[in-house]
Amino acid sequence: MTNKRLIYLDNNATTPCDPRVVDAMVPYFYEVPGNAASRNHPFGWAAEEAVDYARDQIADLINVDPKEIIFTSGATEADNLALKGVYEMYSRKGNHIITVKTEHKAVLDACQKIEKMGGQVTYLDVDDKGLINLEELEAAITDKTILISVMWANNETGVIQPMKAIGEICEKHGVLFFSDAVQAVGKIPVDPKETGVHLMAFTAHKMYGPKGVGALFVNRKKPRVKVTAQVDGGGHERGMRSGTLNVPGIVGFGKAAELAKKEMAQDAARLSKLRDKLEKELSANLEEVYINGSVENRMPHVANVSFKHVEGEGLMMTFNQEIAVSSGSACTSASLEPSYVLVALGLGDDLAHSSIRFSLGRFTKEEDVDYTIAELTKGVTHMRNLSPIWEMYKEGVDIDAIEWGSEH
Amino acid sequence: MAYSEKLLDHFKNPRNVGTLDKGDKNVGTGLVGAPECGDVMRLQIEVNDEDGTIKDAKFKTFGCGSAIASSSLATEWLKGKSINEALSIDNMEIVEELALPPVKIHCSVLAEDAIKAAIKDYQEKNGLEVSPETENSHH
Repeated sequence: MTNKRLIYLDNNATTPCDPRVVDAMVPYFYEVPGNAASRNHPFGWAAEEAVDYARDQIADLINVDPKEIIFTSGATEADNLALKGVYEMYSRKGNHIITVKTEHKAVLDACQKIEKMGGQVTYLDVDDKGLINLEELEAAITDKTILISVMWANNETGVIQPMKAIGEICEKHGVLFFSDAVQAVGKIPVDPKETGVHLMAFTAHKMYGPKGVGALFVNRKKPRVKVTAQVDGGGHERGMRSGTLNVPGIVGFGKAAELAKKEMAQDAARLSKLRDKLEKELSANLEEVYINGSVENRMPHVANVSFKHVEGEGLMMTFNQEIAVSSGSACTSASLEPSYVLVALGLGDDLAHSSIRFSLGRFTKEEDVDYTIAELTKGVTHMRNLSPIWEMYKEGVDIDAIEWGSEH
Repeated sequence: MAYSEKLLDHFKNPRNVGTLDKGDKNVGTGLVGAPECGDVMRLQIEVNDEDGTIKDAKFKTFGCGSAIASSSLATEWLKGKSINEALSIDNMEIVEELALPPVKIHCSVLAEDAIKAAIKDYQEKNGLEVSPETENSHH
């Protein structure tokens, strides 16, 4: 690292830990070292008390009973526990799960595993705004359907699905509703019970808490939901997830939840203004700028923008010594395929390769956004001066009519 | 993943960016890659009538930093070379010079293909025998 100014606009990948969260965690590494499962001495009692307090803070954020919070190592584990746990627990009722093509890989890969185990999975399309069609969802339900899995807000585009309407459909058909709400919890109001969500995965490190701790909300009453444990051991977490609890991590998660509840509204209001400024000024400075995903239904801090005829990873290299963002370009992955989320929105491969995701956070300052606008404008101009397809486009050549030979 | 200084230099200060007149018979144009793959390289050479050496080379590339640096480096290497010398440029030389990571080797392959495509275009335009190396595509 250098002494250069560094700007972090990749908060959907992970958020920095809030210093107040770190302060809350520190005593639980040394001063309070106990195992929360040690029931017969003060060290264990103190740890258990800290975990109970954090559980209350987290339950309070999403308005559920603390007994409905199952701690995990993160959201990937919570996603796996929800999907595979429901699949195993409800196998007598059916084997069909409905999910969406734009879900996170933790959900999609778990669903693929379930298919190998004999399950059936329907992957719903989304429209050009990234939203599912409710009629298609309802039509996909069969008498074998046990679970509908729809993420609350998308990690790449920030698009928020019509959760309440989906919850009503689930209720009507008696199907369980699971949501990966990683990107939404702590950033916008999320109330699973009011929304009809029965299981919900979320994690600390997307809401200014530490990495390595997440949770699964499991509804306890009307309906009482059960999942088959995927990790066997000492029967922790009401038998649904064995393993010694990460006490400092959980304490940090709790503190992060408490802060989120207090500060969410002001953070969201401030960040949406900055996000709008970013989009507006980039669109004013540059030609052929496209905002990806629904502008009406999305997270306040996320902008997913395509700069036509500019390759995303190359563009990132013009400023990535100083500014952290992410791209849907294939070059950022080993697969050479552009973002499947943007492709599902119907973006051509060219616009998918040209996308940049900006995700702002609690510690983003207005001057960071101003600097980013200036650097992006320079970077896109640099890349377009270098781009043969931008030149063709400016000359009025129909790029789609060219027969591109290469298999690269 | 940190990039080499040479790669960053070619990316930030690309050499020989531009366009030669496609219609000129001394100019050979190679256009390789595809937008949907995230890489398009256009590399052009201008051959000296008298001694058959490459007197100018220009490129424009849509792609990642490694693709841009590979094509920039290729144009630098091409200038002053004979066609035969140009045909002997191997993608692995580009990989070594720029210290390309394994996931970026395809960028160097694309640059080699662009050189060969430009030479082929020049030879066809001038009724010359097309060098077999230019058919030896990596695809």
